[in-house]
Amino acid sequence: MGAGHAHKLYRHGHSPVHRLPPHCKLAAVFGFVLVVVSTPREAMWAFGLYAALLAAVAAVARIPAGFLLKRLVIEVPFVAFALLMPFVVPGEQTTVLGVSVSVPGLWGAWNVLAKATLGVAASVLLASTTELRAVLLGLQRLKLPPLLVQIASFMIRYGDVITDEMRRMSIARRSRGFEARGVRQWGVLATSMGALFIRSYERGERVHLAMVSRGYAGTMPVMDEVTADRTQWAYAAALPVLALAVCLLGWTL
Amino acid sequence: MHVPDGFIDAPVSVAAGVFAAGAVAVSLRGARRELDERTAPLAGLVAAFIFAVQMLNFPVAAGTSGHLMGGALAAILVGPYTAVLCLAVVLLMQGIFFADGGLTALGVNITVMGVVTVVVAYGLFRLLTGLLPRTRRSATASAFVAALVSVPASAAAFTLLYWIGGTTDIPIGKVFTAMVGVHVLIGIGEAVITALTVGAVLAVRPDLVHGVQGLAAPLKLRVDGELVDAPAATREPEPAAAHRSTRGFWITGLVSALLLAGFVSFYASASPDGLERVAADQGIDEKVEEHGAADSPLADYGVGDIANARLSGGLAGVIGVSATVVVGTGVFWVVRRRKEESAEKTSRDHENV
Amino acid sequence: MDPVTLSPKDARTAAPSLDVSGLAYAYPDGHQALFGVNLTVGRGERVAVLGPNGAGKTTLVLHLNGILEAGSGSVHVAGLPVAKRNLAEIRRRVGIVFQDPDDQLFMPTVREDVAFGPAASGLRGPELEERVLRALKQVGMEEYVGRPPHHLSFGQRRRVAVATVLAMEPEILVLDEPSSNLDPASRRELADILRSLDVTVLMVTHDLPYALELCPRAVILSEGVVAADGRTQELLCDEELMRAHRLELPFGFDPRSVTVPSP
Repeated sequence: MGAGHAHKLYRHGHSPVHRLPPHCKLAAVFGFVLVVVSTPREAMWAFGLYAALLAAVAAVARIPAGFLLKRLVIEVPFVAFALLMPFVVPGEQTTVLGVSVSVPGLWGAWNVLAKATLGVAASVLLASTTELRAVLLGLQRLKLPPLLVQIASFMIRYGDVITDEMRRMSIARRSRGFEARGVRQWGVLATSMGALFIRSYERGERVHLAMVSRGYAGTMPVMDEVTADRTQWAYAAALPVLALAVCLLGWTL
Repeated sequence: MHVPDGFIDAPVSVAAGVFAAGAVAVSLRGARRELDERTAPLAGLVAAFIFAVQMLNFPVAAGTSGHLMGGALAAILVGPYTAVLCLAVVLLMQGIFFADGGLTALGVNITVMGVVTVVVAYGLFRLLTGLLPRTRRSATASAFVAALVSVPASAAAFTLLYWIGGTTDIPIGKVFTAMVGVHVLIGIGEAVITALTVGAVLAVRPDLVHGVQGLAAPLKLRVDGELVDAPAATREPEPAAAHRSTRGFWITGLVSALLLAGFVSFYASASPDGLERVAADQGIDEKVEEHGAADSPLADYGVGDIANARLSGGLAGVIGVSATVVVGTGVFWVVRRRKEESAEKTSRDHENV
Repeated sequence: MDPVTLSPKDARTAAPSLDVSGLAYAYPDGHQALFGVNLTVGRGERVAVLGPNGAGKTTLVLHLNGILEAGSGSVHVAGLPVAKRNLAEIRRRVGIVFQDPDDQLFMPTVREDVAFGPAASGLRGPELEERVLRALKQVGMEEYVGRPPHHLSFGQRRRVAVATVLAMEPEILVLDEPSSNLDPASRRELADILRSLDVTVLMVTHDLPYALELCPRAVILSEGVVAADGRTQELLCDEELMRAHRLELPFGFDPRSVTVPSP
């Protein structure tokens, strides 16, 4: 998960959404998704409003719709699952286009599709307007245990180094005429994976040595603090608060 | 395999989140105890390794390929605490950056794919390495079984969560059969790769495999030009007789439960309903695979069809029982491990520079 | 000056940057790597540590900042003994640049990496920023302050690695194979940087021309002891000594033909 991916996911920009402090954005997205998940499935119009809210955020962030839609592909497996629901869920049957399907199944499919899509879209918006580094600072600010943040930070720092090593090993294998075609080649692949683990672990030990040499004694010095003022929080809160209003309407109407 | 938003209802998602947070908190303390201040760099590097491993494609057949999920591998290589931390971090990052797995489902995902796989795999691995003779071959075999069971166990855990908080009422028996059945197959792939990888690490750096201790060659001393065995480090005395009897009990119990469950499920799933069901669900997973493989780094396993639905039902039963047995024995082994921990810690301290 | 009223600052200037005496060490597995190393490096000196593989060079380096604890003998850095109670200060005074800059640069951005050492010793705010920028300027990398390390070239990473320890304002800079994997241009750039620094340098290397270029003095570490200590050019010209310690000059390189700038 290194920056190799990161800069593909992140879209550089200077929009108001990009400028919001990362912890505000994280909190907003999380709140939004929680609200979406709690919305009754029958309130179909509510999901339309949620989508409109996200579209508005995307517009402010100047994220093109094409970019957003392409990233939605990640949920395709669940679309497949959802599409099957109407056929496997027992219950009252109805006919759609000449095919008999179950009503609760249709509701279930709709529920999963709508909520998952909104959730993915919200995450994609977050990832494309917030740098990796900023997200870590945000998580730190949101009181994620520091050790966990450190682990994530090392993972991001060394993700590329390790995938590079993996790539080099694969090139070395192929230049000696090895081509992984099927199960029979798993042994060789697993051996390289074992080697990769040893290299990673030993690098971890060397990194620790380098840290200790510069005065590390178990806690990371805090160098960057992200801060947010009230206005920024207010901007960030707009999304989940509006969504909450929609959700409450959905429950009452 | 990553659960998206909207699959599990809000209360259960939150409950799973609390559970996952608790498990992570316990692991943070545990990892610190094992690795002290080296925790952050080592766990970070192992997390990066797990992430990289999930991108390495293992060709299955006819153009399909799968990748390792790594829960069992991480548990065996770096121990349960560090493994849970690594997987939690990987899942968190995947959720935030790749939208892979919903944010509200993060607790569910960490519980199902992190905690359950690690606990089941590690518990089973320690159980088996305890029962089998202390050789590299049995460590590899134990890794195979541990990984094999850990995947369907995680599917079973998902089914349980779905049963409590699923947003759609699919009959739970069907979900269970389908989920576990399919994941037995995935588990076989996971098991082969995990076992081979553990074997590869054991061959080169046995000291790095957390789940196995004391496989390193005994120290030699050079006395008057001849190599002499160094006096063995003080090992905890093993109460052999008492052990044997509990071991025998466990082996018999486990084997008979597995046989029974496999046999019964084999026929139980032969009912037309079950047959249809499993077939339909394989349909699901086939579709999942096709799309998944097209988007390889995030794809799940590309596993072929289940040729025999009955067989898979039978396997599902076997695995279900194993999972239950493992959870049941888990408590026992936790207690046992506590005792071993102090001994282990001293031996690990020696490796530290 | 009355020794009783000697302030710590004066003590620092009085004592040599590094004083290793009678240092012996065996690893926990019993393998003994150092058999009584004696080495004194004065302030501002640049000394190369040469020696074949397995001579104990890395083991020696790890003693300088207390990662390994002396089995017997002692290490003093600017008068301060390397011991558990002084570790924080010792690690601030001894800046080690490890061989692989990827191990050294473990933070997400160049700025944070350079700031890590001083921040660990308690520096904060504008002072920290200033320290970071100064260190990066010393190695000519100030434009890269916000970049993630893995977006830099290998040579640039090595330079940032040097900056990460310079930011700690060390008494002595210890470099492990500084020229390894560098292309000729980066190699020269690094040499220019090292020459420009006003700091004591201990450089562990197999790169004999580089040692000759940068370090007026060299020691040969062989089988866990200092086997020779003298002017780099003289050591390199002593064919018998070189052969005895498995040191070989690169093809076509004649240390006699090089005019070394006098220290």
